[in-house]
Amino acid sequence: MVERQSPLEPVLQVGSHGNFEHGVDIILSETQPGSILQLAAWPGEEKKLISVIRTVTGLALPDGAGGGSTDGARSVFGFAPGKFTVVDEAEGLVSAFAGAVTPAIGTVTDLSHGRTAIRIAGPKAEWVLAKFFAIDFALPAFPVGAGRSTVHHDVFAQIQRTGADQFDVYVFRSFARSFWKALCHASEEVGYEVQ
Amino acid sequence: MLITCPYCGPRDVLEFTYQGDGNRERPQPASQNLDAWNAYVYDRLNPAGDHNEIWQHSGGCRSHLRVVRNTLTHEISSTTFARGDHKSAARHKAGGKS
Ligand SMILES: [Zn+2]
Repeated sequence: MVERQSPLEPVLQVGSHGNFEHGVDIILSETQPGSILQLAAWPGEEKKLISVIRTVTGLALPDGAGGGSTDGARSVFGFAPGKFTVVDEAEGLVSAFAGAVTPAIGTVTDLSHGRTAIRIAGPKAEWVLAKFFAIDFALPAFPVGAGRSTVHHDVFAQIQRTGADQFDVYVFRSFARSFWKALCHASEEVGYEVQ
Repeated sequence: MLITCPYCGPRDVLEFTYQGDGNRERPQPASQNLDAWNAYVYDRLNPAGDHNEIWQHSGGCRSHLRVVRNTLTHEISSTTFARGDHKSAARHKAGGKS
């Protein structure tokens, strides 16, 4: 495997920043998953693709648009009709899917080197993300495991809620550094820690 | 202005791209009917009221949508997937328009 270099490397400064005298309300980190895949089903083949995802990852997709789930190491969520993002801490997930998603079912696209995964956690995670994206981050509207596709200016972002106050944001690798810097600025007022 | 995407739910209009008048009918590519091509390229109903439009949720699920928008009030009375045969396969958002 090609050794990957993080686009955040020059700007990721571990430690506490901003207004943290009264505590840290945001924790930022790069999760660096080994595999990030996009799966797409042809019209009418969606149920088959969902069962393939279950077989390969062990993750069941709840019904409904944007539904998803995570077990900590692996995550999956719908981001468009018949389309899913599947993430694994380990590399090589694409080969597990390559044989299972037959040409009759749909397609597999390996985006592992094309996306950067940023985790924002803490009691003010909803508050900070709401400054970026015009979507409802409240838990009843955006349950744990669910995914959303949206944009911050022209930076396309896929967001999965992986905990009550934790979100994983997938952005284009080429935009990741500027997005990270913006996220840091937005977190300054509440105090943030980079891990 | 909010557009309720059948997949994503209500989203700001900034997430969408206007793809043009939804009333046009494109002639077959080999057609030499100049009147039909002329109508496709130039003729518009330009109604003061409900208007059929094609939008893409470009900053979201990227689906192409059929939208009925009132040109006087901007009220949107209907949003569906443009690809009709995909409707049955799509997993609709609970409470979303279908
Ligand atoms: Zn959408």
